[in-house]
Amino acid sequence: MALRSGTFSETYAQDMAILRTKTQWVILFAFLALLFTCPLFLSDMWLTVIIMIGITLISVHGLNILTGYCGQASLGHAAFMAVGGFTSAILCTKVGFSFWAALPCAGLAAGLVGLLFGLPSLRIKGFYLIMSTIAAYFIVMWVINAAYNITGGILGISAPAPQIFGVALRSTASYFYLVMIMACVATFAAENIGRSRLGRAFIAIRDNDLAAEVMGINVWGYKVLAFFIGCVFAGVAGSLLVHYYRWCSTEMFHFQDSIWYLGMLIVGGMGHTSGAIFGVVFFRLLDYLVAITAPALTAAFPAIAAQAAASLSLIMRGLVIIVFLIFQPRGLAHGWHLIKAYFQLWPFSH
Amino acid sequence: MTDFLRLVVTGSATGMVYALIAIGFVVILKCSQAFNIAQGHFVMIGGYLGFTFLAMLGLPLWAALLAAIATAIVMGLVIERLTLRPLVGQPALPVIMMTIALGFCILDGLAILIWGGEYKVYFGYLPKIPQIPGGIYIPSETLLTVIVSVTVIAILMIFLRYSKVGLMMRATAEDEHVVQAAGVRVSTIYAFSWVIASVTGVIAGILLGSAGGISPAVSNIGLKAFAVVLLGGANSLGGAIIAGIIVGVAENVAAAYLDPLLSASGGVASVFPFIVMIVVLIIRPSGLFGLQRIERI
Repeated sequence: MALRSGTFSETYAQDMAILRTKTQWVILFAFLALLFTCPLFLSDMWLTVIIMIGITLISVHGLNILTGYCGQASLGHAAFMAVGGFTSAILCTKVGFSFWAALPCAGLAAGLVGLLFGLPSLRIKGFYLIMSTIAAYFIVMWVINAAYNITGGILGISAPAPQIFGVALRSTASYFYLVMIMACVATFAAENIGRSRLGRAFIAIRDNDLAAEVMGINVWGYKVLAFFIGCVFAGVAGSLLVHYYRWCSTEMFHFQDSIWYLGMLIVGGMGHTSGAIFGVVFFRLLDYLVAITAPALTAAFPAIAAQAAASLSLIMRGLVIIVFLIFQPRGLAHGWHLIKAYFQLWPFSH
Repeated sequence: MTDFLRLVVTGSATGMVYALIAIGFVVILKCSQAFNIAQGHFVMIGGYLGFTFLAMLGLPLWAALLAAIATAIVMGLVIERLTLRPLVGQPALPVIMMTIALGFCILDGLAILIWGGEYKVYFGYLPKIPQIPGGIYIPSETLLTVIVSVTVIAILMIFLRYSKVGLMMRATAEDEHVVQAAGVRVSTIYAFSWVIASVTGVIAGILLGSAGGISPAVSNIGLKAFAVVLLGGANSLGGAIIAGIIVGVAENVAAAYLDPLLSASGGVASVFPFIVMIVVLIIRPSGLFGLQRIERI
């Protein structure tokens, strides 16, 4: 077997391809085959974990475009998911739309609300923008609660299961396929947005917005566009979430969720599509780990049982974010790139 | 009219607490350019400390206050040393994320772990202030809140203006490299600013806790205090006080006159500071008294 000395591109198309070697294609198809046969050999509990990973991933892809690529940190993402979720639930329950018509509307509604709250990014950035997105969260949730005769507010509104060819996707396995297909589409879209003219403009704005403006990039337009795109992802994720629970209430979209999404990006690595995937999977598995160790802790220390179990997941998440910020601020994706670069031409070091 | 006056007075009291919280935030921001989103969580921890020392351990008021302030100093030092020191010189976002993780994960988690995250009440431990006869009735807690807030803010402003450490802190805010060249340990100054923030936060927490009880949700007042910070201008101490009173009064007046119009909507007061925040950020991002920064490449 001849040792490979590098990956060479002979055409422009080869150079631009996301997957450049046969091995990568094989790994991708093996992974997809494994993913889509999951319901055959995994229990419903694990499928639920993977469904939550998928829904969160769609939302975090949106946040990654907004924060990771364009540098506009947002702590209002849960509110934009709520806008998507409520739009979808109201259109299905009160107006009589089908899920497939309501889903794009949910994305569009969330995108438009995001665009509205992205408008201040014309003049402010960094901390001030974070404050305006925090304000956006509380204002949006207040409006949803205030309009309770349309939205149901904290009590909520029902969201019917999606139907396909007259069959309702009620089982966990069938919803699993829906979410996984959407997550794959979202990942593909996010990766390609990052590689396009749009993504390069976002990165230029993130790295130095004044320099980007001097280069002829319409900074404000692209910032607002980043808000729109990021929130469309959030809206779609919110819609998928409420139709999974078949219920939509303001209780499902906590302010803390926005923090977790940003934390996932930090742990995974901002500005990489793979970073979003790493972060979401890592966080959700950490949650699962805490959930299974909590009963053991309760048995070991009965005195502080209930409190310890409740605070453990919070403190664990906080410690993970702090440790990554101090020791690996570029996230898991960066570590993965280093490992790949090391093995690419193994056993040669250069 | 007396109704309106009463609203203004209670609103100013709320505003003074906002100002007290905001000032801790401004001190850190001025010294180390770090945005401390955990400020509201210092307040929450302070409230619980007050509960522990006053109600649970039954200490006399002066001993409880000393114990709470000592705990606050240790908390400020530990937080600065372990989490913020490694991030010195990093861009704004990692620092903000660090304080978010600190507040919303670690301090919230500790509050649940130690105090069960329950609603705790401890009325009647703070001294009563006699009413002025013939005036508008003001609850004793409100009056005490105003007096303590004004005193603490005044002490802080005098300290920053006339003491040597205060001078060093203001110089650090101006240019940390020059200060280092003059022989000041900048890391000590940073630690000092975190101690001041955590002590003012804890004092505000005890005031709030003894007036209305304490629960983890109290930390949301920190988010509201950011409206004050932004309105006053993020690097202005005096601005924080004036803006605190404006926001507090506006919030109370808006709640009193708008709540009956918007029936059963969950209260305008809870969302009003955020509306102020958005409006300030759109119209005048530097606030009323803040410096307008000119950016160069």
